[in-house]
Amino acid sequence: MTIAVEKNPPVKLPNEPQITPQVVAEHGLAPDEYERLLRIMGRDPTMVELGIFSAMWSEHCSYKSSKVWLRKLPTQAPWVIQGPGENAGVIDIGDGQAAIFKMESHNHPSYIEPYQGAATGVGGILRDVFTMGARPIANLNALRFGEPSHPKTRHLVSGVVAGIGGYGNCMGIPTVGGETNFHAAYNGNILVNAMTVGIAPTDRIFYAAAAGVGNPLVYVGSKTGRDGIHGASMASAEFDQDSESKRPTVQVGDPFTEKLLLEACLELMATDAIVAIQDMGAAGLTSSSFEMAAKGGLGVVVELDKVPMRETGMNPYELMLSESQERMLIVLKPGREELARRIFEKWELDFAVIGRLTDTERMVLSWHGDVVGNIPIPPLVTEAPVYERPWTLTELPAALDAAQVPAPKDWNASLLALMSCPDLASKAWIWHQYDHLIMGNTAIRPQDGDAAVVRVPGGHKGLAMTSDCTPRYVQAHPETGGRQAVAEAWRNITATGARPLAVTDNMNFGNPQKPEIMGQFAGAIVGMAEACKALDFPVVSGNVSLYNETEGKPILPTPTIGAVGVIDDIGKAVGSRLTQAGLAIVLVGETKGWLGQSLYLRELCGREEGAPPPVDLAVERRNGDFVRGQIAAGRVDACHDLSDGGLLAGLAEMCIAGGTGVTVKQPAGTAIPSHAFLYGEDQGRYVIACSSGDDVLAAARAAGVPAVLLGYSGGPSLVVDGLVSLPLSAIKQAHEDWLPSYMNATE
Amino acid sequence: MKAAVLVFPGSNREGDVAQAIELVTGRKPQMVWHGDGDFEKTDLIVLPGGFSYGDYLRCGAMAAQSPVMAEVKKRAAQGVPVLAICNGFQIAAEAGLVPGVLMRNEKLKFVCGDVHLKVETSQSLFTNRYQAGQVIKVPVAHAEGNYFADAETLKRLEDRGQVAFRYCAPDGTVDGSGNPNGSIENIAGVFNDAKTVMGLMPHPENAVEPLFGGCDGKALFEGLVEALS
Repeated sequence: MTIAVEKNPPVKLPNEPQITPQVVAEHGLAPDEYERLLRIMGRDPTMVELGIFSAMWSEHCSYKSSKVWLRKLPTQAPWVIQGPGENAGVIDIGDGQAAIFKMESHNHPSYIEPYQGAATGVGGILRDVFTMGARPIANLNALRFGEPSHPKTRHLVSGVVAGIGGYGNCMGIPTVGGETNFHAAYNGNILVNAMTVGIAPTDRIFYAAAAGVGNPLVYVGSKTGRDGIHGASMASAEFDQDSESKRPTVQVGDPFTEKLLLEACLELMATDAIVAIQDMGAAGLTSSSFEMAAKGGLGVVVELDKVPMRETGMNPYELMLSESQERMLIVLKPGREELARRIFEKWELDFAVIGRLTDTERMVLSWHGDVVGNIPIPPLVTEAPVYERPWTLTELPAALDAAQVPAPKDWNASLLALMSCPDLASKAWIWHQYDHLIMGNTAIRPQDGDAAVVRVPGGHKGLAMTSDCTPRYVQAHPETGGRQAVAEAWRNITATGARPLAVTDNMNFGNPQKPEIMGQFAGAIVGMAEACKALDFPVVSGNVSLYNETEGKPILPTPTIGAVGVIDDIGKAVGSRLTQAGLAIVLVGETKGWLGQSLYLRELCGREEGAPPPVDLAVERRNGDFVRGQIAAGRVDACHDLSDGGLLAGLAEMCIAGGTGVTVKQPAGTAIPSHAFLYGEDQGRYVIACSSGDDVLAAARAAGVPAVLLGYSGGPSLVVDGLVSLPLSAIKQAHEDWLPSYMNATE
Repeated sequence: MKAAVLVFPGSNREGDVAQAIELVTGRKPQMVWHGDGDFEKTDLIVLPGGFSYGDYLRCGAMAAQSPVMAEVKKRAAQGVPVLAICNGFQIAAEAGLVPGVLMRNEKLKFVCGDVHLKVETSQSLFTNRYQAGQVIKVPVAHAEGNYFADAETLKRLEDRGQVAFRYCAPDGTVDGSGNPNGSIENIAGVFNDAKTVMGLMPHPENAVEPLFGGCDGKALFEGLVEALS
């Protein structure tokens, strides 16, 4: 059948509602945005056309508030194969292999329906990565929940964790790392950020840009149902009291089908049949078909009646806007349809040729022979709204003098309190529900190191991966917080001995129409950009989630940084577990005793104030390069970066993870009060355990890196001369009991 | 030793076990798609871990009805050894190849991590490289590994030495502390009457390399090679 491409208005469907200002508003389009639509179309749109504009111009799909700022992030490096703009970022890791990775949020759906919201978040990010030809080798996730005492928190933690596990475990991809925080600012908006890392040969990477007029457009995977309609618009608005009623906009995940889809796609990718491929994520068939055509500078005809449907009576509007999961759109080379069909049928998946590429640069939608939509593609992209929203930067608060912060009355109790506080407490209850060992490549497991380290299949290389952000720092001063988040990710990769290579960012913020929120976004980007530049750590992919507010209360600004590094010999990677007695414990980096915005200040003094710790990027790099060098030289048995809770929390983590104690003291001649020395959160610091402390100290002197000997490992206790003396069993119990007791408690 | 690893829709540890077999034998096992009713003659059949058919019905129930399982049952009856791991164990139990059933974990959650196992007997194809009473460390990863059998079956298993492994504490004590899923009598693995089929929930295939979880599972594959080559 040939469908005429004409400029006459498409036919209206029976029962098609009238487009009133109210209908436009319900589609999330501002009046001036609707004006823009009318200018592009030259006539009134049909409902399906309005739906398409609404989805494509939603904050979620168009990045209209964030675009001008995102451009400031560095995205280039010699090892970057593909930066932002594709389904995921691609970097060269040597030996003809590429790492493909991205982090993406599923915040709004996870709050409304935690199990399905989180599960489909994992499903979506997995598809983003295997769409590009990669076999996923690891998942990570960064979760932020409300305060533990909030009535919904337990339910949300339970559902989100089960959902992430339910999807990732069934897919057979190990979930190897992540982070979990609790804060009252997330009471009404939790954050679920999921990251996938995959591996592909550098010469077998697949992109979304369509090519070849006349080539068939193929739909594969699950059938399309009515789930998730308007998901992208929902994720682009604040929550109010009626948010619970948005449950039908949440998609339902089917990891079994996705596993089949993964295997079928990889099987097809091993042939030469594919021209372009794109997963159907947010805004489903709309954004996937649109992006493929737009990137290829082509047009497309979609015969919507050919789309495999789960329910009867579906209409074009629903088909274009459904966010049913586990679907892909593929442009095939001509004549390869049967080859592809056989593969998808073997895997018991739907396969349908639903359209073809044209040279008209228009998207034409047909329904049983009638044209029901006809949109020019380029203006929808080039004339999409872009906002330079007003912004007010957060001023840097005055630094807090350590003398204004009381020392603990009982040192032992202070350490136990900190180790059992929700943010520092062990998250084993969570990651034991994730299969973190499948594929047999996990060398450094959750909690055993600063970053997870996973073998690249078929060799000796390892990839180190981590996810980091300290939202309380970002809240206090977004620029410093943005810089710190990048620096900490870089440091965590470094602490395993790996070379940090690139970053994916997941920007979670409140309502960008408020100048102070836009200021947080702007500040964080400026800080991140500086850090990425200084550390040669480009951003290759990312995601923006705005409107994380409920009834006007925003979340803490949370630019989550996912990062990947490489280590050539995975046998040389080190974890943070202290497993041997008699090792020298060396502190690398300068300690000034920075208590502003520290966990000690918040958890033990009940104060969230002061400036966050500054990050000197030159020092960061110097110290990190030194530590990595020592690990490469084989001098390091265990290494841990210092972050939340400072030196003492870091030491306690090393001790309990490896079951070996330490006896340390504050070096003579430091004028810093002990509580600032032990709990301060100064940046750019590591603790190294090594058999020859003298060698490491001499090397540090030669490199101009501050380093001091704190003491030695051994014994069943953590002892800080004259201050702390605790059996590891007591620390371990405090650290490990909090989360299971909290989750098992009935209200 | 020639081995065949069966692949069902939703299998996901077939690569792990294939890797372990290749490590020990130096050659790749044959991968057999579930839809194929027949496959090459082999010395060992492996039913791997995963979520066959999404575990959407009872775990293993759908795969047990797969065309290829008729062939597996026939060959098992002829004495071809079958190693059934995790979801494979569930499939084998559903197919009646080993006694007992696997229920939801006692705590109703997926559990992944290392466990300790006490080797109950070295008198089998699968455990001949271990000592009876030896404690080994291997991982588990499942949501439905809670082994159950009625009293009569249990007595028969115990009397005939058909319990292969029990969950235990690191020092070998068999008590609740080492039991990750509530399995009756801490049973982690069992044999059929002839001890030619072994079903177990833990993953020896994920404990074959020092850097990646230790080597305590390797002896199981080495023992098989020795017995079947």
